[in-house]
Amino acid sequence: MNKKLIKPGNYFMNGNFACAEGALVAGLNFYAGYPITPSSEIMERLSYRLPQVGGHFIEMEDEIASMAAIIGASNAGAKAMTATSGPGFSLMQENIGLAVITETPVVVVDEMRGGPSTGLPTRVGQGDIMQAMWGTHGDHEAIAYAPSSVQEMFDLTIKAFNTAERYRQPVIVLTDQVIGHMSERLVVRDLSDYEIVERELREYPDPIGKVHDFSRDFVPMVIAGKGFHYNIDSLTHDERGYPSNDPMVEEVMVKHLIEKIRKNEDKIVEYKEYFLDDAEIIIIAYGITARSSIQAVRELREKGIRVGLFRPITIWPIPKKRIMELSERVNAIYVPEINFGQYSHAIREFSKSPVYEIPFPPGKVPDPKRIVRMIEGGS
Amino acid sequence: MITIDFDSEKIYKTGRTPINLQNFRKPLGRVHIIAERCKECGYCWTYCPKEVLEKSDYVNKNGYHPPRVKKGRENDCVACGMCEAICPDFAIFVEEIKNE
Amino acid sequence: MVEEIVHPKDAYLRSDRFPHIWCPGCGLGIVLKSYVDAISKLDIPYNNHVLVSGIGCTARLPGYANVDSYHTTHGRAIPFATGLKIVNPELQVTVISGDGDLFNIGGNHIIHAARRNMDLLVVCVNNFNYGMTGGQHGATTPEGARTSTTPYGNIEHSFNLPYIMSSLGASYVARWTSLHVRQLTRSIMKAMKIRGFSFIEVISPCPPNFGKYNRFSDGLSQMQFFYENSVLDNNADLSEAYIDFTGKRPLIVGEFVHRIRPSYIDLEKELIRKAMEEP
Repeated sequence: MNKKLIKPGNYFMNGNFACAEGALVAGLNFYAGYPITPSSEIMERLSYRLPQVGGHFIEMEDEIASMAAIIGASNAGAKAMTATSGPGFSLMQENIGLAVITETPVVVVDEMRGGPSTGLPTRVGQGDIMQAMWGTHGDHEAIAYAPSSVQEMFDLTIKAFNTAERYRQPVIVLTDQVIGHMSERLVVRDLSDYEIVERELREYPDPIGKVHDFSRDFVPMVIAGKGFHYNIDSLTHDERGYPSNDPMVEEVMVKHLIEKIRKNEDKIVEYKEYFLDDAEIIIIAYGITARSSIQAVRELREKGIRVGLFRPITIWPIPKKRIMELSERVNAIYVPEINFGQYSHAIREFSKSPVYEIPFPPGKVPDPKRIVRMIEGGS
Repeated sequence: MITIDFDSEKIYKTGRTPINLQNFRKPLGRVHIIAERCKECGYCWTYCPKEVLEKSDYVNKNGYHPPRVKKGRENDCVACGMCEAICPDFAIFVEEIKNE
Repeated sequence: MVEEIVHPKDAYLRSDRFPHIWCPGCGLGIVLKSYVDAISKLDIPYNNHVLVSGIGCTARLPGYANVDSYHTTHGRAIPFATGLKIVNPELQVTVISGDGDLFNIGGNHIIHAARRNMDLLVVCVNNFNYGMTGGQHGATTPEGARTSTTPYGNIEHSFNLPYIMSSLGASYVARWTSLHVRQLTRSIMKAMKIRGFSFIEVISPCPPNFGKYNRFSDGLSQMQFFYENSVLDNNADLSEAYIDFTGKRPLIVGEFVHRIRPSYIDLEKELIRKAMEEP
């Protein structure tokens, strides 16, 4: 363990710093970024902290370059990350697709703010939910974690690195301005208690004999400079890495990219449940909205309404099995979000009971009273 | 090994013959043509300084006419390697023949 | 007629992919030849060579060279290469991509890589148009030239690439045409040994697109234009090194800049050393 990593103990820290420290614990050694409110503190912290642990920090000319640089860095063997917010996340979308097709593990932190466009830079929003899944073009599966506390900013950033390395896939930490900027208690355990997944690298001479093997979900990654002389291609490619415009090749490759995640969905999906045992109504909420929702649950229960909270920790893949199960035994599902209905659409696909949206306009922390009022009025 | 700049113009324009000229031999090259790679751009026969190449009658599988060495010019190649360097298709190379 | 022979450079190529996709008379094969020729002659370990490209005709080049190669997204080869190089400075990272990729969509990245003096060699093959998509005009299309999107002639002023790169502080700047194949090879060899940002522009024919629209019936006639109009001038006033195809202006080629400036990798190494020493 590197002596300059965060020491175990209790901290009062903001979400962005917790994210940066978590990344260092996970083994981050390359960060490329571009300043953007509200995620800039991650970058500022890492510009100071990364060189201390022998890592590389570079401030790029834009978010497109940042995303490309971390994919390059990961292909040289580094654990790499960038952090951004809405407009920057939009710019990164094309290269997130590059990470998908080249099966490069990287971590992208997106702190959602109000939109569209430049929107509300300093204020909260949750409008990037669908973008995290469908932002980059073409077929793929996304993995996105949604922390809703400073503690989770730390823990889930570590987990995001592990998942990225394990599944050779870009992983998104999808949080919001409030979580990034608020300061609260962070408990850091003994660093040896944290599971850190190290990348499985292929050794030369290559036992596989080709850069990809689409018949297997995962093969150890090939990095530059080891003597493999393989072609890593953003075009649809065969197992040798050679580009092809044959629809059959596309089918085999895309199926592989999708199946490797779908087959392992049960291992990836995480969620937390609050007061669900006797619930007749459930609220599904994530990020800062989950914090407002738990308050609403308490208030509603005081009034005798049996409400529970389901908080997906992996927004993507959506915990569809659990949502299906729960929806069978409740009367209604409410989805408060700081947008005008995004995740609710995905939930509706798997819910057997009616799904009601509680839209909050971007700009402020959702008021629990409004959730209470909506559910009281609807039930 | 002594190398000499075989810039023939330089030697002959001065009107003098180096006294050790007999120690040197004009290199002799043999041209190899990978006919199926050729796309008939014409660079090799245009830029061969000794003009030993020409377009052939042969048609390769892609419908192009690869180059060939002109009849009677087989011993005129000096292995300068220009055709090899200028060929965009890796379809021609020169081997220098060392012993005669 | 058919000789079962192996080209001496095949060891450095993915020869099973030949013949390549480029058109007859395209200069890209010559650039590929120069690159493999250079790496075969240099004392840099073969396994350290990495080729990165964006999208376009030129960007297909790394796919034919038998080195670690990365074909990335349009315009993003340089930041990708930046990441590779910073993490593993042992790598000799070369970016070979087209003018459209590097200076239109990727213009922002190349100016910043040059400003940082990032330890990369960038070979820009300039064919004055977007070849892969059918010959549309770009930032390097000479004024007046016709392309598939400038049917009335190009009214925009064009980039003068060596002038731009020199003004940004690149450590090495050269320009050749694909006819200057030996000079190009020597230039690549030299640039690979330079710490910092090296830039080589290679003027190349594009027979079915730019050539066809601009009175060059085939690659050979455009090559002949280079042959007749190229002027070697290492000390040229780069502000005058614009290219047009009127034949009134010389096509200036040469090694224009070679200066020593601390490179990004050297400076970063020093920064990390200091930061790590702090208690």
